[in-house]
Amino acid sequence: MSQKITSYPGHEITPEDVKGGKYLDVVYKFEPKYSWAAGVAISRFLAELKEGRIIARKCMNCKRILVPPRMYCEQCFRPTDEWVHIKDTGTINTYSISHVGTDARRLKTPILVAVVDLDGATPGMGILHNLGEVEPSKIKVDMKVKAVWKSPSERQGSITDIRYFKPIGAE
Amino acid sequence: MKNRVAIVGAGMTLFRRRMLESPKELSFEATRMALDSAGLELKDIESVVSGSAPDAFDGMHMKGEYLLDGTGGIGKPNQRVYVGGGTGVFTPIGGWWNVASGMYDTCLCVAEEKMSPLHPHPQYAFWSIFDQILERPLGTTLLWIFSLEMRRYMHKYGIKEEEIASVAVKNKGNAVDHPCAQLGAKITVEDVMNSEPICWPVKRLDVSPPSDGAAAIVLASEKVAKKLTDQPVWLDGVGWTLDSTHWTNRDLAYPEYVEKAAWMAYKMAGIKKPRKEIDIAEVYDPFDYKELHHMEGLQLAGKGEAPQMAVDGVTQRDGDLPVCPSGGLLGVGNPIAAAGMMKICEVFWQLRGEAGKRQVKKDARTGLAQAWGDLMQVGTVAVMRS
Repeated sequence: MSQKITSYPGHEITPEDVKGGKYLDVVYKFEPKYSWAAGVAISRFLAELKEGRIIARKCMNCKRILVPPRMYCEQCFRPTDEWVHIKDTGTINTYSISHVGTDARRLKTPILVAVVDLDGATPGMGILHNLGEVEPSKIKVDMKVKAVWKSPSERQGSITDIRYFKPIGAE
Repeated sequence: MKNRVAIVGAGMTLFRRRMLESPKELSFEATRMALDSAGLELKDIESVVSGSAPDAFDGMHMKGEYLLDGTGGIGKPNQRVYVGGGTGVFTPIGGWWNVASGMYDTCLCVAEEKMSPLHPHPQYAFWSIFDQILERPLGTTLLWIFSLEMRRYMHKYGIKEEEIASVAVKNKGNAVDHPCAQLGAKITVEDVMNSEPICWPVKRLDVSPPSDGAAAIVLASEKVAKKLTDQPVWLDGVGWTLDSTHWTNRDLAYPEYVEKAAWMAYKMAGIKKPRKEIDIAEVYDPFDYKELHHMEGLQLAGKGEAPQMAVDGVTQRDGDLPVCPSGGLLGVGNPIAAAGMMKICEVFWQLRGEAGKRQVKKDARTGLAQAWGDLMQVGTVAVMRS
């Protein structure tokens, strides 16, 4: 703000102002429903998760093995060439201990979340997932982890077919 | 050659958690102040650019069109631009196209945001930025991208949480002198460290607040600017780039897309050694670590070296490179698009020597404003000169 200006426009209101009827607000709830086509690449990825496997796509031009898989290489800007199964083990690239949920409400039990660089993909190809069977204070960057899968009958072709990743050796 | 573009007026409203004014009313207040400070009326304005972040905050579609009455856009060439959190600095970049191209001699740039309508918390709107198939089922919250990036940045360079916290202390302290600020306060590193760990390593005081507010500037061609004022501030360089939404495939310790945007702006402004040539910088600081992360992307610090500059006081108002003399998003508040525009306004006031108690000690001639956003993928940069 410039020192030449001495009046600052705007009026703050508090939740109490609204509750007390001092100012009017209008409440509305929007409840649409969506059905997303998963796409060519991710449909196959999800189908493989249902089988307990992780699949990537390879670009023969830049030689990158891409996960999440895509049908085109965004760098070479050409179609990718083949499907490649990669491992369900990897390395923690980074992690966080989340005490809040999607709408910022506080959680009783924190969610452990990480970017996991998967073995068999090009280095740095991570996916977002949860961590489990580990004390939050014991999590480290560069820790080796392995997917913990739901049982075959429970899997639905979803990213949550992997329950979480757990540290290797933490049986 | 492109035409030179000047900023000739600026205005903003109070930034607060919840404002009585409607989005149109907030836009009007900021725009009217910008016009008054330029000595112009709406009839003098040839084109309008507005910026506002996700429509999901307001629950209103076509927000650019809705805002039109308040942004002065009726019956004029109007565009609304949007690149998430980067929108506030992208809005004047949109205005720059209008004037630098020679299409128009004057352009109003208005950024508005009301985050307060969404309940129970504005963060809920950010749920929909994540991939709907692979990420949302994991219970995502916006804080994750920040806490994951912060942890990686700390790991890569061995940075301590206390060093990062010093940025929150500086910015909230600077905001005490900003008459529109929402969260100006004198706090300590211990206060930040002892605040609630909401998404470790992110703690409550590492984060900027949700806010309502608006900010605006007036751009003019060189010919018009010289008639209006003997203190134009030149918008000499603009840059912006985006990376992929595949954010988990990215080097989270270094924002390469910010570097690319910065060099685009520096090249345009003829800047070769940013650390020596930039006098003040309003770096995007929605979280304290982001100021440091962005200083490195902007080439204002070496990789992993920004924390030490903050600890040493280099980035204080009386330091060699004042960063966020306004108080930043951490202190003034973070009505997304308006917060980036507030940074443009602050550099404008600083370069004109009008910042009052916030005026930096050094003789500032060249300033930078930067914003960042979307799924950790966009950098928007403006270089300004007195």
